[in-house]
Order: sequence, then C-alpha cells, then structure tokens
Amino acid sequence: MAGIGPAELVAGIAMVALTAYALLGGADFGGGVWDLLASGPRKREQRALIAEAIGPIWEANHVWLIIVIVVLFTCFPVAFARLAITLHIPLSLMLIGIVLRGSAFAFRSHYGHDGEHGDAGTSGHWGRVFAIASAGTPVMLGLCVGALAAGTVRPPGRGGFYESYVGSWLTPFGMGVGLLTLALFAFLASVYLTVEAREPALREDFRRRALGAAAAVFVTAFGTLGLGLLGAPLVGRGLTTAPWAPALHLATGVAAVAAIWTLWSRRFRLARVAAAAQVSLILWGWALAQYPYLIPPDLTIRAAAAPRITLVLSLWILGFGALVLLPSLIYLFAVFKPAPR
Amino acid sequence: MNPTMTDLLAARSQMAMSLGFHIIFAMVGIAMPVLMVVAERRWQRTGDRIYLDLAHRWAKGTAILFAVGAVSGTVLSFELGLLWPTFMEHAGAIIGMPFSLEGFAFFTEAVFLGVYLYGWDRISRRAHLAAGWAVAASGMLSGVFVVIANAWMNAPTGLRWVDGRPVDIDPIAAMMNPAAFPQVLHMTLAAYASTGLVVAGIHAWPLLRQPRNAFHRRALAVALLIGAPAALLQPISGDIAARFVAHYQPIKLAAMEGQFKTERGAPLRIGGWPDEAAGETRYALEIPYLLSFLAFKDPTAEVRGLEAFPREHWPPVAIVHVAFQVMVALGSYMALVSAAALWLMWRRRDLTRHRWLLRGLVLAAPMGFICTEAGWIVTEVGRQPWVIYGLMRTADAVTPMPGLVVPFLVFTALYCVLGVVVAWLLYQQVLRSPKAVEEDPA
Ligand code: HDD
Ligand code: HEM
Ligand code: HEM
Repeated sequence: MAGIGPAELVAGIAMVALTAYALLGGADFGGGVWDLLASGPRKREQRALIAEAIGPIWEANHVWLIIVIVVLFTCFPVAFARLAITLHIPLSLMLIGIVLRGSAFAFRSHYGHDGEHGDAGTSGHWGRVFAIASAGTPVMLGLCVGALAAGTVRPPGRGGFYESYVGSWLTPFGMGVGLLTLALFAFLASVYLTVEAREPALREDFRRRALGAAAAVFVTAFGTLGLGLLGAPLVGRGLTTAPWAPALHLATGVAAVAAIWTLWSRRFRLARVAAAAQVSLILWGWALAQYPYLIPPDLTIRAAAAPRITLVLSLWILGFGALVLLPSLIYLFAVFKPAPR
Repeated sequence: MNPTMTDLLAARSQMAMSLGFHIIFAMVGIAMPVLMVVAERRWQRTGDRIYLDLAHRWAKGTAILFAVGAVSGTVLSFELGLLWPTFMEHAGAIIGMPFSLEGFAFFTEAVFLGVYLYGWDRISRRAHLAAGWAVAASGMLSGVFVVIANAWMNAPTGLRWVDGRPVDIDPIAAMMNPAAFPQVLHMTLAAYASTGLVVAGIHAWPLLRQPRNAFHRRALAVALLIGAPAALLQPISGDIAARFVAHYQPIKLAAMEGQFKTERGAPLRIGGWPDEAAGETRYALEIPYLLSFLAFKDPTAEVRGLEAFPREHWPPVAIVHVAFQVMVALGSYMALVSAAALWLMWRRRDLTRHRWLLRGLVLAAPMGFICTEAGWIVTEVGRQPWVIYGLMRTADAVTPMPGLVVPFLVFTALYCVLGVVVAWLLYQQVLRSPKAVEEDPA
C-alpha cells in the first residue's frame, strides 16, 4: 500500500460525489424509467408523482456529475484525456441522453398540453422523449464504468477503429454493468417514490415496482459478477479474493435483504436507507476492487495525479465548497421533501 | 493515425457550435434572475400585483432556458475532453481551479433556482426573494469563473512551457492572468445588456399598439433598468478589452482591424473586406490616426501589421475583421438607444409616447446576442492557430478519433431541434401575455 496522500484523498472525494450522483441523480433517471413503464389504473397519478418528485431537485442533483468531471480533469488530467478518447462514443451517446432528458422534462413540465400551468403528468411527445432518454442514459453510463472496470481503456493509437474506439466498451461485461446501472437507478427511484406517495394505492404501485426492481438488481448483479470473473479479471479477482471481499459482500447482502424485507413489511423510510446503502456499497466495492488503479490495468491514482499544488488547492476548494453546498442542499431537501408529521 | 484536416475542422465546428448555443442560455441565466427579483421586490414594496405576475411569467420562461443551459453546459464540460484531450491533459491542472469554483457556483445556482421556481408558496416572502438573489449572484459567478478559464487561453500565465509541456505550474497565478479582468468585465456586462435589451424589445413591441398596457409598461421599465446601463458601459469595457489585445495579442488586433502593414499613426477602419492574398483591406472607411490612439492612447504610436508576423501564425483575417465590425457597429447602436432611453427615464418622461424609441428598442432586441456571438468569434477565431496562445496549437490538441464529422452533425441537429422548440415555447408564452388587462391612467 502506497499510503494515503492528497491524490488518494481527491480520488476519494470524487468517489463520494459519484455516489451522491448515483443516489440522487440516478434516482431521477430511475423516475423516468417508471414514467416509461407507467401502467394500470393509476398511470396518470404515477407520472404526476414522478414529475412532482424530481421537478425541483433534478438540476441540483445533476451537478454532482459536473463535480466528478471537473475533479477528474483538474486533478487527474491524464486519466480524463484517455477516457475521453477511448470512450468518445458512449460518452457522446450519454450526453445526448442527458440533453434530451433534461430539456424534454423542462418542456413538458412547464408547458404541458393541458392549459396554462401544464399538467406535469401529461404524456405528450416530450413525456416520451423524457422517459426513453431516462432509460437509455444510465445504460451508457454503465457501459463506460464497465469499460473502466474491465481494464480495457488503453492508451489510444494501437489497432484499428473498432479496436480503439468500440472494442473496449462494447463487451458482454460492459452490457452487464449497463443493465445493472439501469436496474439500480430504477430500484432507487421506486423505493424513494414509496416514501413520496401520499395515497396508499399509489404507494402500493411503487412497492410492487420496487420489489420487481430488486429482483432485476439481483439478477443483473450476479450476471455481471460472473461476466466480470471472465471479462474484468482485476475487478473480478478483487471482488472475490481480496481480504476485505467477504465483509463487503456480507454488508451488501445485509443491505439488500434489509431493503427487501422493509419493503415487504411496508417500512418505507427504512427501505429507503437500506436501498441507498446497498447501492453505495456496490459502488465502493468496485472502487476498492480496482484500487490503487484509476484506469486499470496500468494507470494508478498516483501516476495520473496532477502536480501537488493543484491537488492541495482542489482540496481547499472542495472543503470550502462543501461548507456552502451542504447547508444549501439540506435547505433544498427540507423545503421540498419534508418529513411527515 | 493522424487526424485529418476535416477532423480538425469538424472538432472546431462542434466546439464553436456548442459554445455558441450554450452562451445564449448562459447569458439569460446570468441576467434573468436579476430581472425577476427586481420585479418581485417591487411587488413586495408596492403591493402592485402586476409585478408579481411579471415575476411569475419571467420565471416560467427562465425555467426552460435554465434547463437547456444546464444540459448544454454539461455537454461542454465533456467536450473539452472529447474533442481536445491533449489540451485538457496539459491545461486541466492549471485551469481546473476556476472550473471547480464554477462547479460550486452551479450547485448554489441550481439549488436556489429549484427553491425559487417551485417554492412560491412553500417559504416566506423574504426567503423567496433571498433565494432569487442567491440565484442571481451564483449565476454571475459561474460566468466569471468560466471566462477566467478562457482568458487564460489568451494569456497563459502561471507556468513554464518546457519541451511541449507545462512545468512549475501555479494555478492561482493562472487565474490572475492579464486577460481575466477585461474579459470578465466585458462578458458580464454583455449578459446584462443583451438579456435586458431583448426583454425590453419584446415588451416594447406590444406597447406600440397599446401604450397604456400596465403589464408591458412595468416590464419595459425593469428590463431597461438592467439592460440600458450595461449597454451604455459596454463600449468602454470593449475599449479596455481592445487595449489588452493590442498589448498581448498584436496579431489578433491586426486581424480585427484589417491592418496588414506596420505603420505609425494607423487609421481606424470601419467596414471593408480584408484580402489576405493581396495584403490589403478594401472598401473601408478610414479615420486617420484613430487606431493608434485607441489602442495605445497615442495618435502616432506604431501598430504592428500582419506582415510583421509569420504567415502561419495568422488567424483567418476576414472572419475576425468582419465579426469585430459587426460587434462594434451593433454595440454602438445599443449604447445610443440605451442612452436615449435612460435620458428620458431620468427626465421622468413617458417612454411610450416616444414611438421612435419603442421602435428603436424593438430593433435592438436581438443585437446583444448577435454581438456576443460576434465577440466570441473575435476572441476564439482571432486566437487561432493557437488553443493556448503562443504555446499549443489547436491542431495538436484535437482527439485522434477519426470521423468527427458524425458527432458534429448529430449535435448540430440536436441543438437545432432544441433551439426551434425553445423559440416556439417562448413565443407561445409571449402570446399568452396579458392583452388589455389593466391600463395605466394617461
Ligand atoms: C452585448 C454584447 C457586446 C457588445 C455590445 C460589445 N461586445 Fe465586445 N465582446 C463581447 C460582447 C459585446 C463578448 C461576446 O462578450 C466578448 C467575447 C470574449 C469576451 O470576453 O467578450 C467580446 C470581445 C471583445 C474583444 C476581444 C477581447 C479578446 O479577444 O480578448 C474586443 C476587443 C471587444 N469585444 C471590443 C468591443 C468594443 C470596442 C465594443 C464597442 C461597442 C464592443 N466590444 C461591444
Ligand atoms: C469561456 C469559456 C470558453 C472556453 C474555455 C473555450 C474554449 C475553446 C476551445 C478549447 C476551443 C477549441 C480550440 C480552438 O479552436 O482554439 C474553442 C474554439 C472556439 N470557441 Fe471557445 N471557449 C469558450 C467560450 C466561447 C464562447 C462563449 C463562444 C461562442 C459564442 C466560443 C466560440 C468559439 C469558436 C468560434 C471556436 C472555434 C475557433 C476556430 O477553430 O476557428 N468560445 N473554444
Ligand atoms: C468551455 C466552456 C464552458 C463550460 C465547460 C461550461 C459548463 C457549464 C455547465 C456544466 C453548466 C451546467 C450547470 C448546471 O447543471 O446547472 C453550465 C451552465 C452555465 N454556464 Fe456554462 N460553460 C461554459 C461556458 C460558459 C460561458 C462562456 C458562460 C458565460 C459567461 C457560462 C455561464 C454559465 C451559466 C450562467 C450557467 C448556469 C445555467 C444557465 O444559466 O443556463 N458558461 N455551464
């Protein structure tokens, strides 16, 4: 172990921001998935609840992604450059998804088809675009993470077009991670929505969906782990043989079982905590498995790091930023997600 | 695999298109919150419900523009790497600082925007107004920080360039680069001037028909309050920017002015078409000594012409010159109309009785945005062939991925669709504005 220096600290903070993006921004994408899959007698109400839940917060949640990117290009510019070259195609597709999701949501909720204030639940064209983009974007994000974990993001310049710009991410393992990401985001969203729904019937709708999504997470997670042992040796090995692996799997397993059990017994607030813990543990499991590599198999966090002065200044900015940010975020959620009396 | 010229061209076009698109939404995001809080505050002070209605309607339009601004900004953050990985590999550690600060400004902006837009009846009046101010302040800061990053590309400080890479970097010194102050000042004023005058123009139009419409009268007054002073100051800040260019980027100045020969007592050229092959600018109106005076505050100062520099360091002269002429011409018009409006407001005259002024304001509506696009063309195209002025060439910064014309076309199509939809939605919004609600007494 090389010890923890400023580079590892910044990388850890970027990982915290990525986790926040998954838990908050990810759930907003998941909401779009449930908009796409809205069905049954309460279809309209489901869509209205989703729109109401993500309306005031999605732009703030989205900024976590920007923070991750900015930290990456400031503190690990070599890694940023390599990722941007090799993953040009899936990143561009992800951006198209982000653009369509965000603008379609704004178009729909501010100018619905039903009159002045726009019925947030309307399923117009933009509703469709919003929903489809919400489902596609997480898959692209997952493909990129999958390529990173698989250790196929090599320096460019060798091989033909397919090998250099497609082969690294279009793999069975990558697809697995893509689907897992989609399942996780949908799972988070449905669990959160059980808490947000005020009407019992609507709450039951999302409880059933959450249980279904939990099953999808289970299947894709194990499928991906299996593919990982074949396709992503470093991460696969880390996740199975490292000394901390059993403890991690135990914790993730406990969180997963707790999430299902609390959903089953309708303790929705606890379910929300358990689901968030489960997703965080999965992410941190991946991060630990590839530590100390930022881009396996050759680029370590340390080797990719910017000069020390940049890292130290960034830590100051991140610390200072957190002082401004955390109270603001707490205020935002306190205004729009008040605890029930 | 060497990138071909077409790939480089596609990358440059995609970057320019994405920035040219984003900047419009960004400027609205900087200035609109100020208009909204001014209207809201007037409602709180006077109890006049029309101001509240105004703040509501402006907020509705702004919500859409903000969303598109946020997603197109996200595209840009990625595109810095997707298109210019080598640039970011070398510059990231140096200019990451302003981008990180900008990230936190975005956060505050997005948080309080959510509170502002959706919190009308969830929080107290004072808290709501404060949220509006927070959006306005962080919007301005976002712009300031990102322009500092751009300024560094024009005046790279805080590093030594050794063997094609930066060493001894100092991110703080990089932020203090000499281009930062002139560019930040000029850009921030541009946001208020452009947005203020476009809103003024939109409300001046119906006032030509119904001069007593209370809604549009109030809207016009608020919009001019923000837009007109900024537009009046813009030529002054432009002069500061030009003097920076004269000192630090003499080639860019020569291109802006179509100055091919090095001469003392150089004339200011208005209009004209620079002919690079012939090495002269034709059909321009020349005002003797004025360029030397404006650039160096001395009518006989020497201005270096393009001929003083190697040909391969010239930017595309005609584009830079024409863009500069457009900016200065339209900017001067905006300043004149604003001066007239401010004068009448100061004398407490009723603006709507001066139909020529209303017409003049309608004409000025799109000009700020045109000026801004033109100004950025001057800055960015005028910096060519460099991406980091004097240090790294744009051609060396581009991604090795071939086929870049595909993403260029895809993103262009996407943005065209979004642009049309946004324009249509805003047009609908304007159509829905109150027709003959309340009339102010004559
Ligand atoms: C409302 C918009 C607007 C208006 C009315 C003007 N400009 Fe401008 N100008 C901009 C908006 C702008 C800009 C888009 O914001 C730029 C691009 C980069 C920057 O910092 O500001 C710019 C750049 C820019 C530059 C290049 C700076 C550089 O490359 O570093 C110069 C020399 C001027 N301007 C000068 C002027 C003058 C003499 C004006 C007189 C009327 C003027 N501008 C009006
Ligand atoms: C403030 C942040 C900005 C940054 C960091 C930035 C950065 C860049 C970069 C990296 C390039 C590509 C390399 C090059 O061509 O030199 C570029 C090109 C360009 N940008 Fe900017 N830019 C900024 C603002 C803008 C804005 C707001 C506009 C337009 C309204 C703009 C217009 C252009 C144009 C026209 C080019 C193409 C120049 C050419 O290749 O001839 N830029 N910019
Ligand atoms: C390379 C150049 C640029 C990059 C990488 C960039 C990046 C971004 C990003 C990521 C966002 C979204 C933040 C959110 O989610 O709320 C954004 C929004 C914004 N940007 Fe840019 N930007 C660039 C150029 C500019 C320029 C030239 C300005 C203005 C001077 C500007 C001003 C803003 C503002 C005010 C917002 C807030 C959102 C809005 O008002 O629409 N940006 N930008």
